[in-house]
Amino acid sequence: MSELAGILPTLLEQTAIMLWIVAVSLVFGGFGGLVIGTGLYVTRRGGILQQPVIWWVLGVLVNTFRPIPFIIFLAAMQPIGRLVVGKGIGTEYAIFAIALAATFGIARIVEQNLVSIPTGVIEAARSTGASPWRIIRTVILPEALGPLVLGYTFAVIAIVDMSAVAGLVGGDGLGNWAITYGYRQFDPLVTWSALLVIVVVVQLIQALGNWLARRIMRR
Amino acid sequence: MAQHIVLDRVSKRFPPAKRGGEEIVAVDDVSLSIDRGEVFGIIGYSGAGKSTLVRLINQLEPVSSGRITIGDVPITELRGRRLREQQTGIGMIFQRFNLLTSRTVAGNVAYPLEVVGVERAERKRRVAELLEFVGLAGRADAYPEQLSGGQQQRVGIARALATNPQVLLADEATSALDPETTVEVLDLLARVNRELGVTIVVITHEMEVITRIADRVAVMEAGRVVEVGTTYDVFTRPSTPVAKRFVQTVVRALPQGDELEQLRAKHEGRLFTISFTDEGASEARVFSALAKAGIDFNLVHGGVDDIQGRVYGLLTIAVRGDADAIAWALQRVGAGVRVEEQR
Ligand SMILES: Nc1ncnc2c1ncn2[C@@H]1O[C@H](COP(=O)(O)OP(=O)(O)OP(=O)(O)O)[C@@H](O)[C@H]1O
Ligand SMILES: [Mg+2]
Repeated sequence: MSELAGILPTLLEQTAIMLWIVAVSLVFGGFGGLVIGTGLYVTRRGGILQQPVIWWVLGVLVNTFRPIPFIIFLAAMQPIGRLVVGKGIGTEYAIFAIALAATFGIARIVEQNLVSIPTGVIEAARSTGASPWRIIRTVILPEALGPLVLGYTFAVIAIVDMSAVAGLVGGDGLGNWAITYGYRQFDPLVTWSALLVIVVVVQLIQALGNWLARRIMRR
Repeated sequence: MAQHIVLDRVSKRFPPAKRGGEEIVAVDDVSLSIDRGEVFGIIGYSGAGKSTLVRLINQLEPVSSGRITIGDVPITELRGRRLREQQTGIGMIFQRFNLLTSRTVAGNVAYPLEVVGVERAERKRRVAELLEFVGLAGRADAYPEQLSGGQQQRVGIARALATNPQVLLADEATSALDPETTVEVLDLLARVNRELGVTIVVITHEMEVITRIADRVAVMEAGRVVEVGTTYDVFTRPSTPVAKRFVQTVVRALPQGDELEQLRAKHEGRLFTISFTDEGASEARVFSALAKAGIDFNLVHGGVDDIQGRVYGLLTIAVRGDADAIAWALQRVGAGVRVEEQR
């Protein structure tokens, strides 16, 4: 018991850092993914801003980056990280790498949810003389909001996972802590308490996402 | 009446679905002139090009060739913002209603008003007025899925009318509705035409829709308009096989198929169908002419249809006797009366 009391302050601190990393990467990666995913959707054939070249470029970009295992991605992006955040290690770099990886993953999630919008609704908006930009804001995104929330929930959980892996490059958080103290110094208490916290966090995120989506979709 | 929508040699071609395939000519060299304030029907079978044609009128799709003018605006020449400004003056309703599920009834009706930048207070007033007009005053805060199909189409109509358009395009607006609701929605469209003076273009594959509200009708087949005329004329004197088939779907007074076989089995002699329009001789005159000629006939089938308040009668008689005498007598029955033998 006293052992647990000993690690508790660090556990809380590392949990807070993890949540911070997840939140910041979600903001950047979520926004980037929304832009690219919506871009893919509107520039495709028959889209409201049909642009075959842009659509093709975005597609190649997403298809190239998305399948890279995150652990390799983390190592490979170091030079770019140095350019953008000034470092190739540490928490800032971890956030940068996670946000970038999340952008490509989320882009596909967004695109997949947007293609399921009935085209008739967009046609109805076009018939009122609405501009493409207005249609994106007032029709496409609101109509897909429920499924998008579920898609983002899925993405957040993937980001939690990535934040733990990012411990490898010295990004702070539960992952780093579990590896340094739990794994390398053979302290199962640290490993198991980190695991427990992550499980609880993931459950809470999923429950929140489900609840929100249900409210939006009114069922 | 003044021309309102004019299509001048309009065509729409779609690129082939696969490389080396054939180009699809959805609309093929169509010229039409639709008058201000009329209800104009376009009827045709599936794939005839009706939806494509109507989507060219409000330029949801650009033409491949030809020109469309609405009022004095050459809409096919416009692009971008200038086109969108014109589109706000053309309402459209759809078979599947196409309401925004993320918005309430009021939010849907307000949508076109937001597009043209009407202020919130004025928007609210206008939405209330429109919902009142379509008979949905109490349902402003409902979501589309809480309404019946007929109610959803009323919302669609209110939305289409929000910006006071002069033109309303209806693409199969009643095809997803049951017969009773269809009549209600058609009556609402007729009221829109009468009370607001809106020019309405109705696309349909159901002749009932045409006979109920259209002043004039164009019949489409394989991308072409094969017949145009007043609904009464096309109905009483269809000249193309497609038009004839559409007319038969609503004329119950004409014996068809099994019915015809049964009549033949039951009655001796030859069967003739006589059609009466309100311009020609009356039934009484025709019958007395036949009697005077000494022709022995029996009335075996028939009835009277009402098209746009005008009468159209079809009576089938069984006639015995000399073929020449019959032909002679029937030829003389009078103007505006057509006689056709059922073979
Ligand atoms: N965007 C498109 N791309 C390619 N072909 C199209 C497109 N839209 C329509 N077509 C083709 O054009 C032809 C006419 O289609 P259209 O939808 O106008 O017919 P319709 O008369 O409205 O039929 P329906 O009663 O089934 O709605 C069809 O052969 C259709 O496949
Ligand atoms: Mg159609």
